[in-house]
Amino acid sequence: MFELLGIPPQVLLGQLLLGLINGSFYAVLSLGLAVIFGLLNIINFSHGAQYMMGAFVAWMLLAYLGIGYWWALIASPLIVGATGLLLERFALSRLYKLDHLYGLLLTFGVALIIQGLFRNYYGISGQPYQIPDLLSGGQNLGFMYLPNYRAWVVVASVIACLGTWFMIEKTRLGAYLRAATENPVLVGAFGINVPRMIMLTYAFGVALAGFAGVLAAPIYSVNPNMGADLIIVVFAVVVIGGMGSILGAIVTGYGLGLIEGLTRVFYPEGSAVVIFVIMAIVLMIKPEGLFGRAN
Amino acid sequence: MMKTILMGSAALAAMTGGALAQDTIEVTLGVLNDRSGVYADLSGEGSVVAARMAVEDFNAEEKGLDVEILSADHQNKPDIGANIARQWYDQEGVDAILDVPTSSVALAVAEISSQMGGILIDSGAGTTELTRGQCQPTTIHWTYDTAALATGTGKAITEAGGDKWFFLTADYAFGHSLEDETSKVVQENGGEVVGTVRHPFPATDFSSFLLQAQGSGANVIGLANAGGDTVNAIKQASEFGITQGGQSLAALLMFVTDVHALGTDVAQGLQLTEAFYWDQNDGTREWSERFEERHGAKPTMVHAGVYSGTMQYLRAVEAVGSTDALEVAAKMKEMPFDDPLFGKGYVRGDGRVIHDMYLFEVKSPDQTQGEWDLYDQKAVISGEEAFLPMIEECDFTKTAG
Repeated sequence: MFELLGIPPQVLLGQLLLGLINGSFYAVLSLGLAVIFGLLNIINFSHGAQYMMGAFVAWMLLAYLGIGYWWALIASPLIVGATGLLLERFALSRLYKLDHLYGLLLTFGVALIIQGLFRNYYGISGQPYQIPDLLSGGQNLGFMYLPNYRAWVVVASVIACLGTWFMIEKTRLGAYLRAATENPVLVGAFGINVPRMIMLTYAFGVALAGFAGVLAAPIYSVNPNMGADLIIVVFAVVVIGGMGSILGAIVTGYGLGLIEGLTRVFYPEGSAVVIFVIMAIVLMIKPEGLFGRAN
Repeated sequence: MMKTILMGSAALAAMTGGALAQDTIEVTLGVLNDRSGVYADLSGEGSVVAARMAVEDFNAEEKGLDVEILSADHQNKPDIGANIARQWYDQEGVDAILDVPTSSVALAVAEISSQMGGILIDSGAGTTELTRGQCQPTTIHWTYDTAALATGTGKAITEAGGDKWFFLTADYAFGHSLEDETSKVVQENGGEVVGTVRHPFPATDFSSFLLQAQGSGANVIGLANAGGDTVNAIKQASEFGITQGGQSLAALLMFVTDVHALGTDVAQGLQLTEAFYWDQNDGTREWSERFEERHGAKPTMVHAGVYSGTMQYLRAVEAVGSTDALEVAAKMKEMPFDDPLFGKGYVRGDGRVIHDMYLFEVKSPDQTQGEWDLYDQKAVISGEEAFLPMIEECDFTKTAG
């Protein structure tokens, strides 16, 4: 058996698999950001808070209404998406005429308000949320013990990513959307309700964040700051992939998860910064990002 | 004519005011802690509630103390904490600062308190430096420190056969010192440390670190971290079947609010050391019930420490008859206490408060009878055994003369 820098291959395989699982979260979250930026030109800083809301709504559904994980997986993104709908309709839509910066500031402020509200009502320590019975336990793969739930996270995120990519790049609806971002006036002249389409797109991006939140609830601490910790990394992923590139967000999401996983084996202290180091290098060599198009 | 009347009434007012001031001592307490971040539940507003309860239970008003309580958020940042402390002492007339979790902030506030004629009665911070390397005559360290946690949990587990340790350590000063202290205790008791991994702070995903711990051949995984990091690590350890695989977890710093957040089905069987638990005896239960009525959650040991510390401070102010920091601190060290929350104890010359610590085990879901029924008491560790011995230079009862 070969060893790499003193690390046996079983360990390496295990860590790669874990990296892929973390990458799943990065991919789903950065995908939502990329959809919103690519089609609406909004830098959605409340994405982390919306991810947190996804997890919290799942917990609330269980705690107050007795609705379990599987229904929450559908209901929670819908509920969080609906809040996105309201946010777009009543606040963001007024900012399209202005610079990107205003959208960023607005969503950042909204994120702080949402986090503050949840902190006020639910405290900071977090809420317990169990893994659904169907997915508890795990498989012994020989080189590692893989919890069933983690395997499910990878499957669910791949489905969400591919589905989104397909919808935007390959369907008629996606084509309308892309056209509407290129030239809203012309598309509107064809009788398509452009503002409504944009509103729904934002809600969809937000719902993706909520979906990632539900996926995270059973394995990470469900607390009001859970999104704030993650969002910075996810933004770095989007920048590396190329702002607004759907495929870029997906590929770099998984890729950076893998790289981070490897760093955790070879130099754990560096695992928190490795993504930012890569971001700096990419920005120096290819400022538009790996999959981005230069304007 | 008008002028003389005015002056006369002003003089009268000054005289009566002066007469009143002789009877009442004005005391201003500042609760400085984390009100929005990771430690907001274990300290935060609850510590303000605890301080208020102490003032009421002490009957401060009847005893001629006019006590005001301020509070502020230090956001776990030493510079912010230091600024608030300076402003409080300088402009708000604060006499004592309470709580101050986060070791780095506590050390900064300890120094400022000593320079500016105030007292720090710390409950939330863990570093032993407060009463050792950076000791001050006006620092009182009430509730716990990293050495006491290490002795409590480290010794109990090593003696029970958990002799091969792997540490999961938060990569900053607190985590390192907790790891060091615990390693010492493990080795002194015949155990060995087989590995360590330092994780970034804060971290969300612990799976790779846990996998490394799993393959290390250790039978105990020591979590030298706190708050959300500990909660996440334990949640994921249960997911990855660490405990089912025969390895046990040792949470070196964990509060009852963390266990509450995890739930007993994930946290069951964990051993941990605390200075206080609400359900220990009639005294703790009675106080905790009153606390819960006001705050909506059971108190942590940090809240309890703020209450007891404030009590002892007010007793000393009453005895001295002023709020002079050095005199009051010396008085606090002279008077042993016996209170419903910490039992019998005393403030040592270096400001370290010596009281019993307790080893607890988290109950399993079928043992608990309620949301906050979380611990079984396993052992009592006497204060003398739990805390480090005093170092000579920090014995201010001698140097103060």
